[in-house]
Amino acid sequence: MEEKLVLHFPPTLIDKPIISDLVRKYDLHFNILKAYITPEEEGNLVLELKGEEKNLNSAIEELKNMGVKIQSIKSDVKMIEERCIHCTVCIPLCPVGAIYFEKETESVKFNPEKCIACGICIKACPTKAMVLTI
Amino acid sequence: MGKTIAEINEKIKNGKAVVVTAEELIDMCKKQDVKKVAKEIDVVTTGTFGPMCSSGLFINFGHSTPRIKMGGGKVYLNGVPAYAGLAAVDVYIGASSLPDTDPRNTEYPGDFKYGGGHVIEDLVAGKEVKLEVITYGTDCYPRKNLSTWIKLSDVNEAILFNPRNCSQNYNVAVNLSKKTIYTYMGILKPELGNANYCSAGQLSPLLKDPYLKTIGFGTRIFLGGGVGYVAWWGTQFNPCVKRRKNGIPLSSGCTLALIGDLKQMKPEFLRGASLTGYGVSLIVGIGIPIPILNEEICRWAAIPDEEIYAPVVDYSNDYPNCRDRVLGEVNYAQLKSGKIEVMGKEVPTGSLSSYKKAKEIASILKEWILKGEFLLTEKIFDFPGPESGYTFKSLRVRE
Repeated sequence: MEEKLVLHFPPTLIDKPIISDLVRKYDLHFNILKAYITPEEEGNLVLELKGEEKNLNSAIEELKNMGVKIQSIKSDVKMIEERCIHCTVCIPLCPVGAIYFEKETESVKFNPEKCIACGICIKACPTKAMVLTI
Repeated sequence: MGKTIAEINEKIKNGKAVVVTAEELIDMCKKQDVKKVAKEIDVVTTGTFGPMCSSGLFINFGHSTPRIKMGGGKVYLNGVPAYAGLAAVDVYIGASSLPDTDPRNTEYPGDFKYGGGHVIEDLVAGKEVKLEVITYGTDCYPRKNLSTWIKLSDVNEAILFNPRNCSQNYNVAVNLSKKTIYTYMGILKPELGNANYCSAGQLSPLLKDPYLKTIGFGTRIFLGGGVGYVAWWGTQFNPCVKRRKNGIPLSSGCTLALIGDLKQMKPEFLRGASLTGYGVSLIVGIGIPIPILNEEICRWAAIPDEEIYAPVVDYSNDYPNCRDRVLGEVNYAQLKSGKIEVMGKEVPTGSLSSYKKAKEIASILKEWILKGEFLLTEKIFDFPGPESGYTFKSLRVRE
C-alpha cells in the first residue's frame, strides 16, 4: 500500500528525525516529493510512504499523536489543457499510466487519481502543459 | 490524362475543386481504384506540427529618436539575444537563442524555460516584449542604448524565415545506455525504456510527395496559421538518401526553407518549446497542398502509415558519435500504436510531433481551398532531385 501525504510539523518538532525513525520502526519506504519550512517555522513535507497497510496506518497514527497535522493528497500535478498540444511525448514516461492517449478524440488525457506526482511529465512537456501545484 | 495547376485553380475559383486531406485520400484509395481517385481529387492537403529548431524571425523595429545603430551592437528581446549583424534596426531572433543568464546545463538537466521560440510565440500572441539595445554611437546614429516595449503591431516587418523545416522523415530515438538521457528527441529512459519519434507520418507534407514533384521554390503553403511560401530547399537537404521502393526515404531526406509574414500567423500554430536538458525551440505548424496532377502523384499522396518506415537510432552513444548504426526499422502505424519492438524488447512510444494538430492544419488548409481563399502556385523551379547527386556532408574537423 502507498499513501501520498502532506505533513505539517509544528516548530517544536522540526529538529527531530521523525521520518527516519518511523521508516525504520515500521519498515516503510519513503520518497520526499517536496520539503520546505514556512516563515512561521512550520515544517511542510510532501511524502510518499509505501509499506504494509497495518504498518502504514500505525505510522500515520504515531505522527498524529506527536502533533503532526496530516493531509492526504491525491495529486499535485495539473494539466493545463490549453497548453497541451497532444504530442504524446509524456505518455511512455509516466510510470503509473496517469497520462494516456484517448483514441476517439486523439487527445492526451490526464487522470489525477493515478498520479504519484513524480514530476517526470513536467520535465518532459515541451509546452509546459503539466505543472506542479503545491 | 493529367490535370494542370491552372485547371485546378479555375475549379477552386469556381468553388468546384474536390479537396481532401491526406488521411481522407488514404481511406478513399483503400476502397477505390487509385486511377479513379486521381481523376476525382484535385488537391490533397497535408499537415505537420512539431519542434523545428532551425526557425527564426527577422524584425525591423523602425528608427527611434535620436537614431540608434543596433547593427554591430547587442540586442535582447525579453532578455533573449537577437542577431544584430545587419542594418541599423534589423535583427534576426532564432528559435534556439537563450538568455545570457540561462544556466544552460550547469544545473543538469537544464529547464530551458524561455528562449527565442518563446519570444516568437509571445509576439505572435500580441504580447508586449521588452527590447533592450546596447551599442556604439556614430555621427548619424548617436544613441548608444535603449530600453522599451514593443509588440507585433508596432514593428515594420516581422518575417518568419526558417532555414530548415518540414523534415521528410525522422529517426526514432532510443537509449541503450544505463542512465536517463535528455535529448532534442525528449527524455529517453535507459535500456530501451521508451522510443520517441517526430513526424506526422501519413499526413506529413514531404512524405506525401517524396520526390518533390509538386513542391518547389515559390510553393504557397500554410505556415503558422497564415499563408507562407517555400523560400528555398532546406538546409541539410538530401534528395539522394536511400529510399524504399515506394519513394519514402529511410532517413531525414529532403527539407524546406520557409518564409511568411508573422503578422498573419496565430499562436495556436507557433509555440515555444522547452526541451529539458537540451534547449529551446519553436513548434511550427505547416500544411502543404499537393495538386493531384496525375495517378503517380495520387499514389504517393495515398501512402499510409503502414508503408512509411523510420530508422530506430541509439541516442546515448551512436547518435552523438555519428555512428550510422540503425537498430531496426518501424512503420508509423506501429509507432502510433503506442509500442514497437526493438532488439527483441517491447518499447513504449511517444511522439514529439502532434498528429492531432497536423490533422487540424490539413483540415484548415482544405477549408481555405474549398472557400476559394487559397490558390495553388506553380513552383518557380525544381529543387535538386535524386539524380542531381546533391547530398548532405559532415563537417571534417581539421587541425
